[in-house]
Amino acid sequence: MIADSLQLALDSAPFLLKGAYFTVGLSLGGMFFGLLLGFGLALMRLSSLNVLSWTARVYVSFFRGTPLLVQLFVIYYGLPQLGLELDPLPAALIGLSLNMAAYACEILRAAISSIDRGQWEAAASIGMTRSQAMRRAILPQAARTALPPLGNSFISLVKDTALAATIQVPELFRQAQLITARTFEVFTLYLAAALIYWVLSSLLAHLQHRLEARVNRHDLES
Amino acid sequence: MIVVENLTKQFNGQTVLAGINLTVNAGEVIAIIGPSGSGKTTFLRCLNLLETPSSGHIRVGDIEIDGNRPLKQQQGLIRRLRQQVGFVFQNFNLFPHRTALENVIEGPIVVKKTPRDAAVILGRALLQKVGLGDKENAYPRRLSGGQQQRVAIARALAMEPEVILFDEPTSALDPELVGEVLATIRSLAEEKRTMIIVTHEMGFARDVANRVIFFDKGIIVEQGEAKALFANPREERTRQFLGKFLGQHASPP
Repeated sequence: MIADSLQLALDSAPFLLKGAYFTVGLSLGGMFFGLLLGFGLALMRLSSLNVLSWTARVYVSFFRGTPLLVQLFVIYYGLPQLGLELDPLPAALIGLSLNMAAYACEILRAAISSIDRGQWEAAASIGMTRSQAMRRAILPQAARTALPPLGNSFISLVKDTALAATIQVPELFRQAQLITARTFEVFTLYLAAALIYWVLSSLLAHLQHRLEARVNRHDLES
Repeated sequence: MIVVENLTKQFNGQTVLAGINLTVNAGEVIAIIGPSGSGKTTFLRCLNLLETPSSGHIRVGDIEIDGNRPLKQQQGLIRRLRQQVGFVFQNFNLFPHRTALENVIEGPIVVKKTPRDAAVILGRALLQKVGLGDKENAYPRRLSGGQQQRVAIARALAMEPEVILFDEPTSALDPELVGEVLATIRSLAEEKRTMIIVTHEMGFARDVANRVIFFDKGIIVEQGEAKALFANPREERTRQFLGKFLGQHASPP
């Protein structure tokens, strides 16, 4: 019995790994575009122009306030009615990125505003522009504050990629579903899929800790 | 040379500065004294536009800022002015993620585009000058308040400014660390650097400044040669203020 399960898991491995390949791709893409868009939104949110800060506010409120599953359905099944047809993979990537951006925006905004205004003033007092101050003085410090919550959001993102299965992306969970439909070995395959998600998110958590130690190094060194 | 004309600042309907006029000559050391809330710190912060004046003019060398016009339209000028006007904060405001040396060379490298090698040579010399030659790789967290403030002074010097503004540079320090910072400022005074120092250290103001300015309620009540003003204040308000201080801090020079 156990031997059969192992055999099945091994036979399915290539399919599961192919799925994991999509999972990793969606995760990395979602992190990258989510962080990029989130940073832009955070800057808008901190802007003194009301139009910008309110646009960012409404965006964050909408994408944090609605289920990711629904967002994916709107993008993949809804947009074609407006004449915009997307393949499953880009649709999933867009959905995950837009969703991630909302969380990244809030994390970055909080981290940036947590930096003492004396740091802005010190940068200004030596003649820096606002963007120089942001890059050289504020962001390196804000990154420290932002890393732990960003790491958590990234780990959530890895797990949320499973929702892409519902819009036909052949990612890890979808592969497991397809194989179980053929073999009825539900437990073995879903467990195997779970283990792969676990490995992926553990890798990410490890990376997060390494990175945190790196940005905190000026606490440790004398 | 610095010329301030008719500088005013209102904040929430309250007048913080009610028309300040001041000319500072090259090489002069000016101490600004006065009670808390008298506007002296606000005045200092207006000089490099960390605070937005409500009206008036500020001229440093050939750079003139018109406080009657929106500062947004004068950002380039303001940055040029700030390169000429060093600022030392009460709370140091060093960059905590940079070492002492990196703090000092940040301005030259990022703002003045000085090549890194040249900036490092300059930075090391300045740390040496403030007595911290052996601390160039230390992060601010590992330095005492007095050491941090001396790094901050080196950071201001690194821009080679025309004038350095000090905003109560020893107020955040433990008493035993005040002396080292004052000694550093004193040595700059001996080099005839132009400085404006807001301070509560009356003995220091008397000994080091050429001119002392007494602020109260947003105006310059009285100013004069330092030793003369302390020995012989003309205005009643100055006398009251100094009486309170010199009574407590009757320290011989």
